[in-house]
Amino acid sequence: MSRVTTDAERNAIQQAFRQKLDEDELLNCMRCGFCLPACPTYIMTKQEAASPRGRIALMKGVYDGTIAYDDDIGRQLDLCLGCRACETACPSGVKYGHLLENARSAINENKRKTLKEKAIRKLTFKDLFPNQKRMRQVTGLVRLYQKSGLKKLAEATGAINILPETLRTMQSILPEIPDAKAMRERPVHLAPIFVDQPSAAETATTHANIATNEEAPINHNAENPVKRVAFFAGCLMDTMFLKTNEATLKLLQLSGCEIFIPPDQACCGALHGHSGEAAGARELAKRNIEAFEKLDCDTIVTNAGGCGAYLIDYAHLLADDPEWSERAARFSSCIKDLSEVLLECGFLEKYHLSLPNQVVTFQDSCHLRNVMQTATAPRRLLQAIDGITYRELREADVCCGSAGIYNLLHEDMATGLIDRKMGHVKNIMPHVIVTANPGCLLQMKFGIKRHGLESKMEAVHIADLLLKSVSGC
Amino acid sequence: MLDKAFKEKLMAIVGQDNVLDSKENQVAFSYDATPGFQSLPDAVVFPGSTEDVQAIVKLCREMKTPTVPRGSGTNLSAGTCPVQGGIVLSFQRMDQILELDEENLTLTVQPGVVTQKICEYVEARGFFYPPDPSSMKISTIGGNIMENSGGLRGLKYGVTRDYVLGLTVVLANGDILHTGGKLAKDVAGYDLTRLMVGSEGTLGIVTEAILKLVPPPPSKMTMLSVYESMDDAAETVSAIIAAKIIPATLEFLDRATIEVVEDYAHVGLPTEAAAILLIEQDGDPEVVKRDIQQIADICRKHGARSVQTAQTAEEAQALLTARRTALSACARKRPTTILEDATVPRSKVADMVKAINRIAEKYQLTICTFGHAGDGNLHPTVLTDVRDQDEMARVEKAFQEIFATAIELGGTITGEHGVGAMKAPYLKWKIGDSGIRTMQAIKTALDPDNLLNPGKLFVPDHANSVGTGNPASAPTQTAERMMKK
Repeated sequence: MSRVTTDAERNAIQQAFRQKLDEDELLNCMRCGFCLPACPTYIMTKQEAASPRGRIALMKGVYDGTIAYDDDIGRQLDLCLGCRACETACPSGVKYGHLLENARSAINENKRKTLKEKAIRKLTFKDLFPNQKRMRQVTGLVRLYQKSGLKKLAEATGAINILPETLRTMQSILPEIPDAKAMRERPVHLAPIFVDQPSAAETATTHANIATNEEAPINHNAENPVKRVAFFAGCLMDTMFLKTNEATLKLLQLSGCEIFIPPDQACCGALHGHSGEAAGARELAKRNIEAFEKLDCDTIVTNAGGCGAYLIDYAHLLADDPEWSERAARFSSCIKDLSEVLLECGFLEKYHLSLPNQVVTFQDSCHLRNVMQTATAPRRLLQAIDGITYRELREADVCCGSAGIYNLLHEDMATGLIDRKMGHVKNIMPHVIVTANPGCLLQMKFGIKRHGLESKMEAVHIADLLLKSVSGC
Repeated sequence: MLDKAFKEKLMAIVGQDNVLDSKENQVAFSYDATPGFQSLPDAVVFPGSTEDVQAIVKLCREMKTPTVPRGSGTNLSAGTCPVQGGIVLSFQRMDQILELDEENLTLTVQPGVVTQKICEYVEARGFFYPPDPSSMKISTIGGNIMENSGGLRGLKYGVTRDYVLGLTVVLANGDILHTGGKLAKDVAGYDLTRLMVGSEGTLGIVTEAILKLVPPPPSKMTMLSVYESMDDAAETVSAIIAAKIIPATLEFLDRATIEVVEDYAHVGLPTEAAAILLIEQDGDPEVVKRDIQQIADICRKHGARSVQTAQTAEEAQALLTARRTALSACARKRPTTILEDATVPRSKVADMVKAINRIAEKYQLTICTFGHAGDGNLHPTVLTDVRDQDEMARVEKAFQEIFATAIELGGTITGEHGVGAMKAPYLKWKIGDSGIRTMQAIKTALDPDNLLNPGKLFVPDHANSVGTGNPASAPTQTAERMMKK
């Protein structure tokens, strides 16, 4: 859908590279190659140009003017999943993600697009994601599709087959969409829940009462919360995955948190940033900073690695904006994943977690692991649940291929990655694959379905599993 | 871009998908891990067999085009940088382990197998392949053989050369040469296997190798010895060797290196220490225990502030893995890191460390020093910035002085990274005129047209470069090639 780049555009892109890319960062890559085995597109293609080292060399080539930008280079930068596993692997500390994002933005802003691409970009980046009401309406349409019998009809008649495989399977694994009222009426403040809870050392028989909140003595003591936290709801999480958001809030309450959920918060802007729409991302970042800085909270909890990582990057996104840079840095320093906050609040000391006997594994969210640096906390929580056997998944730190909307744009690469992933899954045959990000969750569900394993295992968000383990039901 | 007819002939050999000459791929194969060197090849070709390589080499000879073999491009002497353009041969497709011969303790492999995969493969089956260059997770065995790579275990176990029993090599004239075999003894003529190992792709292209395996050590212990003074640490190294103990690993890290490694790896290194020694011994449990005990005593006697043993295998592994990142971690401090691997007799390690510090001070440079101290193989690494012309000139001088000092102490200009294009001007310092003449005679006999990895090992006298971004030579060449292409 993109057109061939003209000479004028090439020059403009090279100029934009010089303005936007950090020369120090380009030089910091000393080409040792430690990133190669960590890079999913290199693992799949074995092509140097499809490695972080190769992509940085391409960016530097355009930056230095030693090569002219061409469409191969554009395609190669697009093929990157943006998982940032290379940053975790890089001993030199090169901030590849920032280089990539700035390069994409330089290209996007200087290359004319087809009418179709323009229309899709406007719809996605201007009309849909920044507008939570529209998000609700669109997900509402999915609900209509699911509930009205249209879904059954499309599947039964084979009409569904006009969609490419990924989309076709995706529509079948979407969670059941909550009704419009539930999506509209979101809480803005929640008090902590203090339960007269037997310590972890006591028997497992009494803790089943907690989830129902009926028989156990409950103390809504808002005066003395363990922690005051703000919650970043996320546009997809607060619509399609509303149930998971509710589980998250409940876990935080049970941990003794008083929770503030500013209603004027916006989409995190990750989708914009990763697609070279830097301006749109900045607007959303400012809206979020404004919405959260009013609250007196030094912790902003997220339950989606993709969102959390982008929020943490606001400091970088707005670094050159004198009015916002400091505010952005303060905002970024507050971002924490649910798993870290639960551990900090002593969740494991407060509750005895248990589930029926089962094998569980964890698929990292790339951004949670590589950008938020959270990898052990979710594992510690899972390993604390009585009844589960935790098995580490080989290459759990390699991207599953979801990467935002990557799986829809680069179907071959994404499918190759999920097939490789499912190969490792089959070696340990877990009953549950736990994830910590909606994209990963859908992709793992996709993988399970694609490999015919629906009767053997399921994929769930960590918040849902943890809440279930508290209730024991 | 390639001439159309040439390209079609290459495609006829390896298939259309295995010849790449887009700008994107030219750039991706224009470099290795050596700073300051970049030059575009005309194309990259991915052979699938010895016969493919043979046909490509013959065709390139006809076309008078250079051939540059490349593994994963982790080279540190610009050995895989196509400084005169031509065809880069990349071995990603030839990445199979062909045979494990349990009776003869050998492993037959294709050149594109990643070194770590070899280690894991044989260890899972109860064997041991000792050479472990720091880049083993990325580097290929073909690259290791061509460069005669060392590693952390070199002290006790030797280097790649000591584990290559036989090779299949495509020569410049297109002949396929088989050297050595699955033999413990073989004196049938010149030792061509050893000639090829470490020849940096200038004499032939390896397409298959028979590797020697050994039984794995039944146990090992890893130890960290911490010092307030660099000299104490360096003297400990010489004392350990003098006590006739040969540990498997004896690594030295100075304060600047400790800081950057800890900053990346978070393994609990003492960042306030002046130097540390990372020591590993393996073998029978009683021997290991006794050696480690003795080494610990020597460390304390030479001023070690603390001596700790890793409590678990994971902890030991984490320490060694962290050490392997030292070079790359140095890039956290300044944009450009230039490392050398001047090597001296083991007894001179302390002298060399002192000399490096003196030279760093003299030229006002930041030099991190780490390396395989037990081998006398140090990696003084200058942290600098290629954009600072004045500093780069001082770097050049400092390295010249380091080389000169190493040679004075009975050492060499390179212990394990190779000469490549980077140290070519200094080869003569080490081997003299007769050495150069002998090596050139071999080169001319085997590759009269100078088409196999040209521009490596030998250079005209006026060239001036230790890879400092080398204002005098390579960048100009690079810029010209870059512009020409």
